[in-house]
Amino acid sequence: MNATAMQTRPEEAPQQKMIDFRTHPDAYKHWRLEIEAPVARLIMDTDENSGLFGGYELKLNSYDLGVDIELADAMQRLRFEHPEVKVVQLESGKERMFCAGANIRMLGKSPHAHKVNFCKFTNETRNGIEDASECSGIKSMSVVEGMAAGGGYELALAADWIIMADDSNAAVALPEVPLLAVLPGTGGLTRVTDKRRVRRDLADVFCTIEEGVKGQRAVDWKLVDELAAASKMKDAVAARARDLAAQSDRPDGEQGVEFQPLQREIAGDRIEYRHVTAQINRKQRTVEITIKAVAEEAPATVSEVKKQGDAFWVLAITRELDDLLLHLRCNEYELGSLIFRTEGDPELVAAYDKLLNDNADDWLIREIRHYWKRTMKRLDLTSRSLFAFVTPGSCYVGFLAEILFSVDRSYMLEGIFEEADIEQVPATIRLTESNFGAYPMCNGLSRLATRFLDDDEQMRKVEALMHQGLDAEAANDAGLLTYALDDIDWEDEVRILIEERASFSPDGLTGMEANLRFAGPETMETKIFGRLTAWQNWIFQRPNAVAEKGALQLYGTGQRADYDKKRV
Amino acid sequence: MSAVLDAVDYDTKIPNNVGLSKDRKLQRALEKWHPGFIDWWLDMGPEGFMDSEVYLRTAVGVDPKGWAQFGFVKMPEYRWGILMAPKEEGRVIPHGDHKGEPAWQEVPGEHRALLRRLITIQGDTEPASVEQQRLLGKTAPSLYDLRNVFQVNVEEGRHLWAMVYLLQAHFGRDGREEADELLKRRSGNDDTPRILGAFNEKTDHWVSFFMFTTFTDRDGKYQLESLAQSGFDPLARTCRFMLTEEAHHMFVGEDGVKRIIQRTVDAMNEAGISDPTDVEKVRNLGVIALPLLQRFVNFHFSVSADLFGSELSTNAANAFTAGVKGRYKEADLKDDHQLHNDTYPVLEIVDGEFKWVDEPALQSLNARLRDDYISECEGVLRRWNKVIEKSGIEFQLKLPHQAFRRQVGHFADVHVSPEGELLSAADWAAQEDSYLPSDEDHEYVTALMQPVYEPGQFANWIAPARVPIDKQPGDFEYVKIEG
Repeated sequence: MNATAMQTRPEEAPQQKMIDFRTHPDAYKHWRLEIEAPVARLIMDTDENSGLFGGYELKLNSYDLGVDIELADAMQRLRFEHPEVKVVQLESGKERMFCAGANIRMLGKSPHAHKVNFCKFTNETRNGIEDASECSGIKSMSVVEGMAAGGGYELALAADWIIMADDSNAAVALPEVPLLAVLPGTGGLTRVTDKRRVRRDLADVFCTIEEGVKGQRAVDWKLVDELAAASKMKDAVAARARDLAAQSDRPDGEQGVEFQPLQREIAGDRIEYRHVTAQINRKQRTVEITIKAVAEEAPATVSEVKKQGDAFWVLAITRELDDLLLHLRCNEYELGSLIFRTEGDPELVAAYDKLLNDNADDWLIREIRHYWKRTMKRLDLTSRSLFAFVTPGSCYVGFLAEILFSVDRSYMLEGIFEEADIEQVPATIRLTESNFGAYPMCNGLSRLATRFLDDDEQMRKVEALMHQGLDAEAANDAGLLTYALDDIDWEDEVRILIEERASFSPDGLTGMEANLRFAGPETMETKIFGRLTAWQNWIFQRPNAVAEKGALQLYGTGQRADYDKKRV
Repeated sequence: MSAVLDAVDYDTKIPNNVGLSKDRKLQRALEKWHPGFIDWWLDMGPEGFMDSEVYLRTAVGVDPKGWAQFGFVKMPEYRWGILMAPKEEGRVIPHGDHKGEPAWQEVPGEHRALLRRLITIQGDTEPASVEQQRLLGKTAPSLYDLRNVFQVNVEEGRHLWAMVYLLQAHFGRDGREEADELLKRRSGNDDTPRILGAFNEKTDHWVSFFMFTTFTDRDGKYQLESLAQSGFDPLARTCRFMLTEEAHHMFVGEDGVKRIIQRTVDAMNEAGISDPTDVEKVRNLGVIALPLLQRFVNFHFSVSADLFGSELSTNAANAFTAGVKGRYKEADLKDDHQLHNDTYPVLEIVDGEFKWVDEPALQSLNARLRDDYISECEGVLRRWNKVIEKSGIEFQLKLPHQAFRRQVGHFADVHVSPEGELLSAADWAAQEDSYLPSDEDHEYVTALMQPVYEPGQFANWIAPARVPIDKQPGDFEYVKIEG
């Protein structure tokens, strides 16, 4: 292969259409959600002609981001709207096909950035399915009655239990390497070895067999948990669902909290939700995100929270921030830095934070806490430079202060802005129990424990500061800030921060930030994201996958990929 | 029945031209598989005739003398063999990226999975049809027809052997496992069905059987023709020899339907009935009305058309490029045999109308093979219609439109009449019964199916055979039922 051919890249077409992550079961095109408590059946039946973009058909239950947005929405609603659901069954509405995985033509046509966002979101969704089982008592089962190939098997792998039809048709497969020259990168490789404990040599064989593994061998190799004859599948699934339901600690007789459509206004460069706003500065390539604390008192009791439903402030800001992050990731590629601010009364936030910590055992409070946890993880995993500014009027307390420890750098003003003619009180930040384990990162540690990795003395020091309003000096001394700046330096330092950041290579920053954010131990989640970033994205750039004669480009044409045989 | 292999004389017991007696590895594999095959045959082969003496042809070699030796044999003792067409020296891969390279004598590792899958699917159809036809003997219209169905059955059994040989000789442990699986699946079984849909349909009476051998076995012919082009030489040679036997199966089907037509028009003329649509009157004659036959044509043709797969197929393209599966009469086609830039017209629905759309030729191989098949089927219909024409009765059997009642490919989501009109779901539902054999049709046909076992005699609904087997006289006792 000559140099010219190696430089060939698929055309990076500009994305035309805005991607909206807000949806509702009534609007689903690819999934059916059928609830018969304690079981929810999530039935995948993709509409071929309803791909998110043109140019490909979602045949054979293959998916694109649009399909996964619905799946994520459904899981989210099961958690909040249906406390009576204890088991979710992932099924297929198509004959002889569980799911064929990510749509290859879509991948072939997508610009690199979209591929990455797509993979990241699908990984977050699958992690969410596992999180629902581990943390919320929603046990899951994949019912594989046809082929589960590639991303299809990766989806099945997210469940606690995989039951497969024992016939000549149903099989599980990870054919990415032989067929497409890419990886089963939506957690496939990691879950095979780390979750299902498939022996590595058998996994090697499995990942090179295009048609996959079926029947007893799939059980022997631990690729699936159980086989059932087609005629006995219904009974076997029902029996397994009963078992799984018995493992759930979800409550009986509770009302769910309905998610009303999320109100969002996009006007020019301003995005407004009820509590969260984002102001875009295209010249600086920044977004200033402000989270406002409500003026009302925190509810005194959990039942009051339930009455407020999705209007409950913590739940509301979580939904808003979650949607905003997804929106920025997928629709605003050039905005390289996200700058966080909070506005409100710290006492008020402290009351909300206490409510969350005092009632962690209630199912709804539990869901809200885990949702904030997932949203913070989403923030950790967002490939933009993240900054937080702490200035008079801000309210970084407890769970909201987690933002300070998620971002790459935090800046706090000492005192007040002297020349402003509004009344100001110097800002403080306040640690609570929320900052010591309630909202772990992907690595399983709290953000503070990651920040002060293996430094027990420092951790004890900051633990002793809990529930106190820390001014800039105290916070800086405790190592909780990057910089404490006075009024004279603030403006200049902030300007330089933004300008300098904008001058660096976005790729270099993405790599550097991701490396620095995840200190500490590896978990399945960190491996999945780390390997996606490192290996899959490397392969996604390589000619063997994406050049004109690469496997991903030629897939479906019947022509053979022409590989550069050098090992790198 | 393991006695068959107790004697070590493989070349006599198992006619072969693959050097079986010198291949210990293959012997061992076959020794394990063979008892399972005999069990399967006793269990799923023709029911009620295992002890009968049947006048069968056995292939003991591939030369003109050896490939059709006739004699009486009990079916479980039939000498299933392993035969390939003679090796062509210097054969090259005829198509795809490896075009012009010497044909593979061993499986290339790169295409092993693909080849194994193709051979398994082909192999699965062979025992499936035996299973589908296992009850037909009980209602045979004559000893001649009885013998013919058994001939078809033992040869499908031999074709199974042929595929099993390839799996065992060339695909190692996985191949042996696939060979075992071929004996475990069962046609029509909900839990362990055969791989392809058409091979799980019932063949519950002789009209179905003749239609099946006409239309579905003809799909088999086209699949074998494309595999006969394979760059994997053992597969190509095996399929070439299988095709010589497949021709007889299609003859059984085509001639069977022809004799039904003959009998129907004769009976109508004798009774002075000229209106073929006066089904009631025709039925009173105890023969099969022509419109009813049309409904069977509609059913079997559409099911068989699905067997070719989606019009546009990545798998087919991959197999062609890999040099693993070619096109019908590849050598006669005047192109580069690689098709990187060629197009092929494929019938599609564009804006609610049928249009021929130029699609990439490489991805259109299934559509192309189906087109070849359809034109051959049209020839069959022409020959059948000649019989009707000669009788003076005004009626024509027609091949339904290729989009009619399809469940695979472009047309799976639309409703199309046999004439090729697009129908709404409601219109389709209203018309469906008139297009396809109804339960009542099946009941009527089934009631006609009373066995006739006297030598030289034929059931009332079918004309006598005009082409004897092995030039035997008309009253020859092709099957000695009592054994």
